[in-house]
Amino acid sequence: MDTPRKKKKAVSRRAFLQTMGGGAVGAGVVSRVLGKEMPALQAGPGPMDVVSSKTISLTVNGRKVKVAAEAGETLLQVLREKLQLTGAKRVCNRGECGGCTVLVGGKPVYACHTLALQIDGAEILTVEGLAEGDKLHPVQQAFIDKDGYQCGFCTPGFIMASVGLLKKNPQPTFDEIRAGVSGNLCRCGNYQKIYAAVGAAAETMRRG
Amino acid sequence: MKAFQFGSPKSLEQVTAYLAGADGDVRLMGGGTDLLGEIKEGTIQPDVVVDLKAVPGLAFIRRDADGLAIGACTAVADLAADPDVARDYRGLHEAAAVVASPQLRNMGTVGGNLCQRPRCWYFRDAATVCNKKGGSQCFAEQGRNKYHAVFGGGLCWSVYPSDLAPALIALESKVVVASPQGERTIPLAEFYAPPIVNVRKENILSRQDVVKEIRVPAPKKGDRGAYVKFMERGAWDFAVVSAAVKLTLAGNSISDVRIVCGGVAPVPWRLKAAEDALRGRTVSESAAAQAAARAAGDARPLAENGYKVDIFKAVVARAVLAAAKG
Repeated sequence: MDTPRKKKKAVSRRAFLQTMGGGAVGAGVVSRVLGKEMPALQAGPGPMDVVSSKTISLTVNGRKVKVAAEAGETLLQVLREKLQLTGAKRVCNRGECGGCTVLVGGKPVYACHTLALQIDGAEILTVEGLAEGDKLHPVQQAFIDKDGYQCGFCTPGFIMASVGLLKKNPQPTFDEIRAGVSGNLCRCGNYQKIYAAVGAAAETMRRG
Repeated sequence: MKAFQFGSPKSLEQVTAYLAGADGDVRLMGGGTDLLGEIKEGTIQPDVVVDLKAVPGLAFIRRDADGLAIGACTAVADLAADPDVARDYRGLHEAAAVVASPQLRNMGTVGGNLCQRPRCWYFRDAATVCNKKGGSQCFAEQGRNKYHAVFGGGLCWSVYPSDLAPALIALESKVVVASPQGERTIPLAEFYAPPIVNVRKENILSRQDVVKEIRVPAPKKGDRGAYVKFMERGAWDFAVVSAAVKLTLAGNSISDVRIVCGGVAPVPWRLKAAEDALRGRTVSESAAAQAAARAAGDARPLAENGYKVDIFKAVVARAVLAAAKG
């Protein structure tokens, strides 16, 4: 390993310790330390930032949060284990079943297969952020009205995939609904009622 | 999962400079949809993962007189949603639209799709050391091989899973590669290399190379395209067989044609015999079927994947007819 990388690593470790020790306050300190120690970085290309962990800023359901995450930590781990938002489920943990679906920047993604550090600064919407007070989001209400769930474990993921679909395509055809939630699996096999719920939600949202 | 470090580059120069001096296992990540799977399964244990999405200016779709330029970090979903691509490059549009699931198309990048690793279950099993992982055999050859190659097998019978690669090769696309030594542009057809060249990887990139952008030539008058993907499930699956076709029609006659298949060989598989059979002919169901049958003559199926040859013939013929329809 060459010298610049070693130096960079040392900074990273210190940054890591400060972050872990100081929480949100530590994060502020880290960026000031990094800024002061490496003014040259701003001018030229300089060496790439390489860290073992970092305090990232997220806007989760409209609330700004700072949270320390390790390089290998996923968005799902951050949501469930650090922010206590357990609506997104850990099921396959390999980006295949959709149980962990949340919106990042308004688009549905698999939180289990998204590294937290990669989305520093992003806006996240989880199922917990859909309702306004006691008033459910039209997609949530439609899943209740149309029996869009059986055991319910896949439901938060399906709801978020549906919210993402309707943002992009407010009037989907039946085939577009099927394709739109094709990244989510329902082990109970309740697909027909899920499609009906998405269709009903689109109708409600269209009427306003 | 072994802990790794995370690299957040501010420029492509930072990436190539880092790669020039790196001595550990450094992996480049686009959306991470494939790479994280490898890390979680333990088939790779990188020291550093470099987030290419952090590099500004790598996500774009630009049109100019030369054609189309697509940044390596462009989301597959953005490619699928681009109206110009849908109008002028229908085969590419159709391929992008059937990549994986909506979530994975939002996460995954065009560059990552072109650099993804095969899905062979022996290769993806950390405990199985096959030829591709430095071992001394291909376990699929005598093992379970329902989804494996029917063309170009031997050292490795995995199939190349990318949907975008066949579509982009049919369009004679090029890939711009950045490295510490500078940039170079390679035809995408030459970017992939069969197992005989190096069974450990599917392309000619070195560990210091970074895919930067894809260039697709401007369509010529009479150019048409299509992408047909056969999946075992109705959605969200890898291709059992896929075929990308670019046709140039003069009246009803085929003046030029390129056909590239996915899911049938360790690399995207060009069907020159079928192309020769079609060139100069009038578009018809029988011409398409004859060309597909000619290409299928080279197939060498294994014990469990003979069915793929029949599907291959149907998919190729359908793709030719779909392209001709425009």
